[in-house]
Amino acid sequence: MSTAQHTVATLGGRSSSRLMFRRLAGRLFLGLCVAATFSGMLALGVLLFTVASDGVGRLNWDFFTSYPSRFAEEAGAKSAIYGTVWVMGFTALFAVPIGIGAAIYLEEFASRNWLTKVIETNINNLAGVPSVIYGLLGLTLFVRLMALERSVLAGGLTLALLVLPIVIVASREGLRAVPPSIREASLGLGATKWQTVWFQVLPPAMPSILTGIILALSRAIGETAPLIMIGALTFIAFTPEGPLSQFTTLSIQIFNWISRPQAAFADTAAAGIIVLLGVLLVMNGFAVGLRMYFERRRGW
Amino acid sequence: MSSMASAGSEAAFAARARRRRLRRAKEAPVYVFILACAMLSIVTTVGIVIVLFEETYRFFEEVSVIDFLTGTKWTPLFTSKLFGVLPLLNATLMMALGAMLIAIPLGVLAAVYLSEYAPPMVRSIVKPVLEVLAGIPTVIYGYFALQFIAPEILQPLGQRTVLSAASASIAMGILILPLVASLSEDAMRSVPQSLREGAYGLGSNRFEVATRVVLPAALSGILAAVILAASRAVGETMIVTIASGNQPILSWNPFEQMQAMTAYIVQVSLGDTQRGTIEYSTIFAIGSLLFVVTLVMNIFAQWLLAKFREEYD
Repeated sequence: MSTAQHTVATLGGRSSSRLMFRRLAGRLFLGLCVAATFSGMLALGVLLFTVASDGVGRLNWDFFTSYPSRFAEEAGAKSAIYGTVWVMGFTALFAVPIGIGAAIYLEEFASRNWLTKVIETNINNLAGVPSVIYGLLGLTLFVRLMALERSVLAGGLTLALLVLPIVIVASREGLRAVPPSIREASLGLGATKWQTVWFQVLPPAMPSILTGIILALSRAIGETAPLIMIGALTFIAFTPEGPLSQFTTLSIQIFNWISRPQAAFADTAAAGIIVLLGVLLVMNGFAVGLRMYFERRRGW
Repeated sequence: MSSMASAGSEAAFAARARRRRLRRAKEAPVYVFILACAMLSIVTTVGIVIVLFEETYRFFEEVSVIDFLTGTKWTPLFTSKLFGVLPLLNATLMMALGAMLIAIPLGVLAAVYLSEYAPPMVRSIVKPVLEVLAGIPTVIYGYFALQFIAPEILQPLGQRTVLSAASASIAMGILILPLVASLSEDAMRSVPQSLREGAYGLGSNRFEVATRVVLPAALSGILAAVILAASRAVGETMIVTIASGNQPILSWNPFEQMQAMTAYIVQVSLGDTQRGTIEYSTIFAIGSLLFVVTLVMNIFAQWLLAKFREEYD
């Protein structure tokens, strides 16, 4: 009897200390997980603070209206801002229609055969190709073979190829979210396949496609390496005048300022980074707002 | 009378058929256009392979493959040219490894928190913030490594120079942390709820469910996330160009300067290298190596992901 009681007591004692240990381990683990999650956010905070405190002193109206200069205090980002707009324009001009076209083909027209599978695998792989490789492609194909030289057009084409997989994937997701019943109704009323896609499927898919396009362009706007590869890192003290004009962009100008040995240029670089981050913030805010607005309005 | 009616309806039917054919014919160019759009991805891949192969072939006409892959001195820009890729390859792999040492533990733990613990409110705030981290242009991380990580963290710890592999690694670790976290979280969330409920029913607590049920069940998905992130780190260019210097030294010391493969490509592009010279060919040879390494990693990761999806979908 007493032995039995004793056994129960020890078992109880052992299991309660074991339970405490398990709880403690759980707490510790949760603490670790929370710390890991917030370390990322802390890094973001420190990064933004570093950039802001270095660059805000250099950020004034002159910074937007002057050209690069040998003197850090006089250097501005005018040619870089214009160049960025030009290159992004051409990137969008090529990447948007081609990306949406490819997505429509894959989502609405392609049958499940080997060709479709090859194209899909291929797009996945292209998304993982390092951007310097696109730079080598752009250098050979656009700069040399098509003789576009170090032009806005060559830069736009190179970046368009780079972000094409992003546009395609986002557009496909948008198209896939449109319920099949809409297509069936349209086809049932005698519309052709293309009329169905163009008038019924594409409009409701447009918000998510637009979001994808903005995300793709915000990737492109920060790309530096491919543009350096095609030879865009030169001293440019003018704004582009046409597709074949030489150019510089914000990201390239920032890299240029970072690599100057004089310490004063670090602050100029930080000012450029603030401008670039500001543009990105506006673009992403717009994308988020767009998605929220249309999700609320959508009936299904 | 009835034959006339049927003749009329036959005519109407034929007219309708003609109109339909016409409509289809008008749509043919559109169909050709979107097919061409989809095919462009294949053209791009073929283009990359041809472009890389053309110059790489020229490079290997002058340098033997063995010398390239086993040589320990990389001096193509000097007068006595040596073409051993090991210093560059070693730098790339070491910096990628360093980035993974930061991104794997932090990313996976963050994923466990977001998938198993976080209330929906917290999750809906934390996830977009982490995505912001992944969307910051890499040239900005380069600035951060040069102006903060090196002078404020590494140099007080005894690093002698501002430029080092370690500072590039830390910046890259922060860059790919969200990638690891987000893909690992996806993998953990697709582990069926029934597995968790079974474990709870047997008396497990949250910690045990997370570490002994969810993590092992999501392992192949997490592994895929890690490999994709590593491939991103291998191909990362601006951070290593800015933060780790341009010295192709074969070294195991992460607090020294090193030159990654991508950084070498940028260094040559910055100069005025003419086509036809061996220096020009080297960037394509390095590019080919980079392409093959990242492609193998990506294909392996996708294979893992496909296998993982088969298990649970």
